[in-house]
Amino acid sequence: MGRASSKEDVGALFRSLRSAYAATTLNLKIIDLYVGFAIFTALIQVVYMVMVGSFPFNSFLSGVLSCVGTAVLAVCLRIQVNKENKEFKDLPPERAFADFVLCNLVLHLVMINFLG
Amino acid sequence: MATMPILPNMPALDLIKSFKLKTKQQELLIRVSILCLVYILAFITRLFSVLRYESMIHEFDPYFNYRTTLYLTQNGFYDFWNWFDYESWYPLGRIVGGTLYPGLMVTAALIYRILHFLRFAVHIREVCVLTAPFFASNTTLVAYFFGKEIWDTGAGLVAAILIAICPGYISRSVAGSYDNEGVAIFALLFTFYLFVKAVNTGSLAWSLASAFGYFYMVSAWGGYVFIINLIPLYVLVLLITGRYSMRLYVAYNCMYVLGMLLAMQIRFVGFQHVQSGEHMAAMGVFFLLQVFYFLDWVKHMLSDTKLFQAFLRITVTCAVAVGAIALGLGMLSGYISPWTGRFYSLLDPTYAKDHIPIIASVSEHQPTAWSSFMFDFHILLFLFPAGLYFCFKRLSDATIFIVMYGLTSMYFAGVMVRLILVATPAVCLVSAIAVSATVKNLTVLLRSKNKGVQTGSTKGSSSSKASSKALLDQSQPFQKNGAIALLFGAFYLLSKYATHCTWVTSEAYSSPSIVLAARGAHGSRVIFDDYREAYFWLRQNTPPDAKVMSWWDYGYQITAMGNRTVIVDNNTWNNTHIATVGRAMSSYEDEAIEIMRSLDVDYVLVVFGGVTGYSSDDINKFLWMVRIGGGVFPVIKEPDYLVNGEYRVDKGAAPKMLNCLMYKLCYYRFGEMLTEYGKPPGYDRARGVEIGNKDIKLEHLEEAFTTSNWIVRIYKVKPPNNRW
Repeated sequence: MGRASSKEDVGALFRSLRSAYAATTLNLKIIDLYVGFAIFTALIQVVYMVMVGSFPFNSFLSGVLSCVGTAVLAVCLRIQVNKENKEFKDLPPERAFADFVLCNLVLHLVMINFLG
Repeated sequence: MATMPILPNMPALDLIKSFKLKTKQQELLIRVSILCLVYILAFITRLFSVLRYESMIHEFDPYFNYRTTLYLTQNGFYDFWNWFDYESWYPLGRIVGGTLYPGLMVTAALIYRILHFLRFAVHIREVCVLTAPFFASNTTLVAYFFGKEIWDTGAGLVAAILIAICPGYISRSVAGSYDNEGVAIFALLFTFYLFVKAVNTGSLAWSLASAFGYFYMVSAWGGYVFIINLIPLYVLVLLITGRYSMRLYVAYNCMYVLGMLLAMQIRFVGFQHVQSGEHMAAMGVFFLLQVFYFLDWVKHMLSDTKLFQAFLRITVTCAVAVGAIALGLGMLSGYISPWTGRFYSLLDPTYAKDHIPIIASVSEHQPTAWSSFMFDFHILLFLFPAGLYFCFKRLSDATIFIVMYGLTSMYFAGVMVRLILVATPAVCLVSAIAVSATVKNLTVLLRSKNKGVQTGSTKGSSSSKASSKALLDQSQPFQKNGAIALLFGAFYLLSKYATHCTWVTSEAYSSPSIVLAARGAHGSRVIFDDYREAYFWLRQNTPPDAKVMSWWDYGYQITAMGNRTVIVDNNTWNNTHIATVGRAMSSYEDEAIEIMRSLDVDYVLVVFGGVTGYSSDDINKFLWMVRIGGGVFPVIKEPDYLVNGEYRVDKGAAPKMLNCLMYKLCYYRFGEMLTEYGKPPGYDRARGVEIGNKDIKLEHLEEAFTTSNWIVRIYKVKPPNNRW
């Protein structure tokens, strides 16, 4: 009884999630795609590290942190650009994007220095 | 109204009329002038020792910082970053570039370069001496902006004033105290201000700024661990109290990732942010935040709560399981190192005494007495709870932060005297809120007329308006008189605070420690400059590759001023090496000479206070040498040096004590010395007894130099006898 209901629960969950997500605007979906790509790249690097070993550690860290960092910054951009967020109502999206670009610039400069 | 009389000097009156400013401009003028005065005050109150003695570096640790800054300005950044110092910790050497926090040196070198660019040809020592007061002035500005962020401009101004003269901060930032804390407290407050600003505005730019502030703090001081644990704790508290918002997510994530990446550029910190137990709280909160906001987003998307509950259950169990497994694996396999001794002794104060005698021996690491709190904080000690009350009345993200900062830093200040410094900005800010809110309420009472609340001050907070409304129903004159009396009381207290702070700065915190002063017989000032005399003698009369053995307290000063190689110094990174020196000092001369020959020692330096009554000399530190030496070499046993558990140097002292190397070197030829009128020769003024062994003969060492007041004594190790 519990198994069957949980299975159809899961199915209903996925369906409602998919329908709700389809309603989001296009620019937000692009940002989500970028976040997914960054996380995927990070996962590939972690798998590679598991196979090959973690020397030199600073290169591994800089690679993974750059992916995680840019994913996190993209999520912050998404939050600031999303029209549904009341807190960022009077933040112009150009300003949000400029902040995003600046933070990414700093992130990648430091990452290049750390790459070794 | 009568007609205006025609005045003779019309142009002057027009000029005066044109200066009449609007209220807002007047307020701005008052604020800016107060801040300028506070800036100057913070700088000049720290200059006592420069005026009394001369512009020199104080104490022990600043000499190492000075030496490295000198190296940096002479050789450039790359040589500094990759410097291997072979002049300390002979024969091991020290990797300086990888074992120091470069923020202070780079800051001073930068100021030096800027001044030279502007054609002010100052010596680097002057820049080093005045760096700490300069940054103390900057801290007052940051305190103003922080107070403005938390409460309002009034609280900001009071905070700036309080922190400008607070003794807890002055103690480590006088002119000449060229130490990491002088710059680090500025970086700490600046980082906290930027982070609170980021949480309040939710802007990525402010978070980036706070990441840079954190980077500066990491480069400046090891106490950055406080920031990287307080901020996650604050985020956790906000999550638990339900004050989470999108701004918090943006602020913390940007600051954590960028801050961590920037912090790992400092070689001394290295990979600790992902490997050390002290930094795991930040990472844990980072992942928790991702899970939290992911769940919040899903909840927002799903309209059906039942489905969401199911989803919630699955996700939370998965996340908790994964997190627990990862943490467990990390700690068990030793990949995540446990808390280091230095920080663990903060959580468990009894740990250091049992396990790590070097940490326990430092006087700054002892628990704080109430007198120290009163001495360093004065009225702020009872204004702090009052400020906490006001913060709780008007809770916001910013006030929650300052409450947490205050409470955690006060706990740590209670554990270790040195950490009063970290608590000082929090105490000043919270007390400023109390002072500002109280004065505001009282002046609202004063300024309210019979007409009621309409004429109440527009600057009053809502609570004060309510209170004034209630109080106005009662008899007016008593309220006004009471308010005036209370205001006078408040100003009296603040003036006493200012007097106390100036007195404390002048008497207690402005001594250079390397130059001693005393009152002579006729009240005239007597200066003992023995330390520098001895180091300069070393510099000029010994071969350049001579090696000097002394207790680790003096290592930095010997390398910086004497320019000679030392065996151990204040860095204390190698306990066995220090224990070897301790063993040599506490053995008989024959055993000690073997140890000294094995270390290639040419000169031995001891500090002796028997002639002047100077109590921080090596005989008083001797028991620590025995303990540390005995901790590594069981041949040194502490009970051998004590008589009935008592530490004595007179006739009744233990025979091992009377014949050990340290005793012989300190009291050589002291038996003939008349130190005080009416006392026998060989009377030790620091211990207050006549020494036991007056007829000391040295076999393997000979006296090389004794300073004019016998404070520093240098002995030369004789080469082995010829074998005919």
